[in-house]
Amino acid sequence: MSDHAADDTVPEVDESRRKFLIAATAGTGAVGAVLTAVPFVASWKPSESARAAGLPTEVDLSKIEPGQMATFFWRKQPIYIVRRTPEMLASLSTHDGELKDKDSKESEQPDYAKNEQRSLKPELLVLVGTCTHLGCLPKTRFTPNDATVMPNWPGGFFCPCHGSKFDLAGRVVTGSPASVNLRVPPYSFKSDNTLVIGLDSKDKGVA
Amino acid sequence: MGAVVEGKSTGFRAWFNKRLPVDQFMADQLTGYYAPKNFNIWYFFGSLALLVFVMQIMTGIFITMHYKPGELTAFSSVEYLMREVPYGWLLRYLHSTGASAFFIVVYLHMARAMLYGSYKSPRELLWVIGIIIYFVLMAEAFMGYVLPWGNMSFWGAQVIINIFNTIPGIGPDLVEWIRGDYAVADATLNRFFSLHVIAMPFLLALLILLHLVALRQVGSSNPDGIEIKDKLGPDGKPLDGIPFHPYYTLKDIVGVGLFLTLFAIVVFFMPTFGGLFLEKPNFEPANPMSTPEHIAPTWYFTPYYAILRAIPDQRLGALAFALSVLAFVFLPWLDRAKNRSIRYRGMASKFLLGMFFVVFLTLMWLGLQPAEPAYVLLARICIPLYFAFFILLPFVSKADGNGPVPDRVTYNAH
Repeated sequence: MSDHAADDTVPEVDESRRKFLIAATAGTGAVGAVLTAVPFVASWKPSESARAAGLPTEVDLSKIEPGQMATFFWRKQPIYIVRRTPEMLASLSTHDGELKDKDSKESEQPDYAKNEQRSLKPELLVLVGTCTHLGCLPKTRFTPNDATVMPNWPGGFFCPCHGSKFDLAGRVVTGSPASVNLRVPPYSFKSDNTLVIGLDSKDKGVA
Repeated sequence: MGAVVEGKSTGFRAWFNKRLPVDQFMADQLTGYYAPKNFNIWYFFGSLALLVFVMQIMTGIFITMHYKPGELTAFSSVEYLMREVPYGWLLRYLHSTGASAFFIVVYLHMARAMLYGSYKSPRELLWVIGIIIYFVLMAEAFMGYVLPWGNMSFWGAQVIINIFNTIPGIGPDLVEWIRGDYAVADATLNRFFSLHVIAMPFLLALLILLHLVALRQVGSSNPDGIEIKDKLGPDGKPLDGIPFHPYYTLKDIVGVGLFLTLFAIVVFFMPTFGGLFLEKPNFEPANPMSTPEHIAPTWYFTPYYAILRAIPDQRLGALAFALSVLAFVFLPWLDRAKNRSIRYRGMASKFLLGMFFVVFLTLMWLGLQPAEPAYVLLARICIPLYFAFFILLPFVSKADGNGPVPDRVTYNAH
């Protein structure tokens, strides 16, 4: 510094070189910051033990009588299993005009459950029991024409939180805040009375 | 600003100030900061919000000494705090009442800004920082509500987190990432604990500091909405300004006294406030098998919640919900009146703002009611009116907000 103190001529600044170096430094720093954020962000994903607890679950269906529902847990979510009666199945085609997604085009289900019954075996309905609106548990309102739900109620599920209504195939009824049908989880049958929730069926189903 | 400390300090004080300029800081921020002399009771709520923030930090530190996050321990540790820790019940009720008190004073503080146009130029950033504080406060309150792991904590978390499910494409993955599990569970509770006691309070403290720095930069507005800096006396001080200390510190102490009286009445005699401050279903432990018959968030979220659930489409409902909260950010640019204060605006402006306050309070009440058809219908009437305020404001304010304003602030000596 002292060597140049008396020197009035300022060395010419190479502006483009300076700009390039600033941009390169800032760019490298930004990439580093993003990479550093990866482990922090990733630490919020489900842990290994949470994933392990989400493996397929076997359930026994032998104690579910026709017209009854049993609730099981898979991935900490309630799974509703209903053994539908022939009358219940017949009720599914009575209200096509009042369904938001009759053919389950917008809804989430395995291909083998993308049919009117939304199930692999027509009588056995398997649903994730959380409302597709905001996740409350819909309650069973299986009795048809229950005026406390709505006039001409076909029978199904009613969510007390925000009033969403679903029929006996978990299809959402017009006028509900929910927009899509209740989800059907992947499932398969190990034997007639043993259902495996979480393991896809090799059976292509009726659809 | 720029006030000079008189050179009378000697000895230790001079030694100290040479190393840490405490006297200069006090002079700049308090005795040398001139605020308009015509503040009314609406101007209590800023300092009260700061008071409640400090109270929440203090009680929170002590509650954290007894609280144990985790789905097996959270609920019982809160019961332990309530029943076995000496004065534990008081610490908790101070904290839970403090949460509601925070929103009461913040809502009144915001209403003041809307009445007197305090958000208008040059105070736009002051307002925007304030609204961000309000957003962070909502996140802080929501996460705090989950911590006792009562049944309303659990289902409230379930419902609020599921709102993100409606974001196209990334929704389901985002929700799983927020929860850290396939359902609201231990992982969710623990991360909310961390955010509630560390991240959010830090962020709030930083934002409050920025809010105060921005306030000192532009100076307080006042009920007349005219600039006191435009009329300076021979000493260069605003003619209508008085030093913040001792005048407003003293006035604020009166506000603090009144506030703490009301606060103590709630804490000691009605800590649940009829189920509004602490909801009844939250006195039973979280049960993933049983949704409470009627889910309502705590009262300070209900205006937006009423909007969310009244719209019979999931995605539109979530969109309207988000817009109804975000709309406040844009007020400084939506309001195109020349005058700031509602005092010097026409009947149309007064009617529009009055309508908004009524609609906001009606939605707040509706959000607490069950989702029955009559309530849903009324909410559907209120929603267009809510948004009409923000849509009509540019036109109404431009049309009738330009009348004459007084030269000096309106002030009657008591």
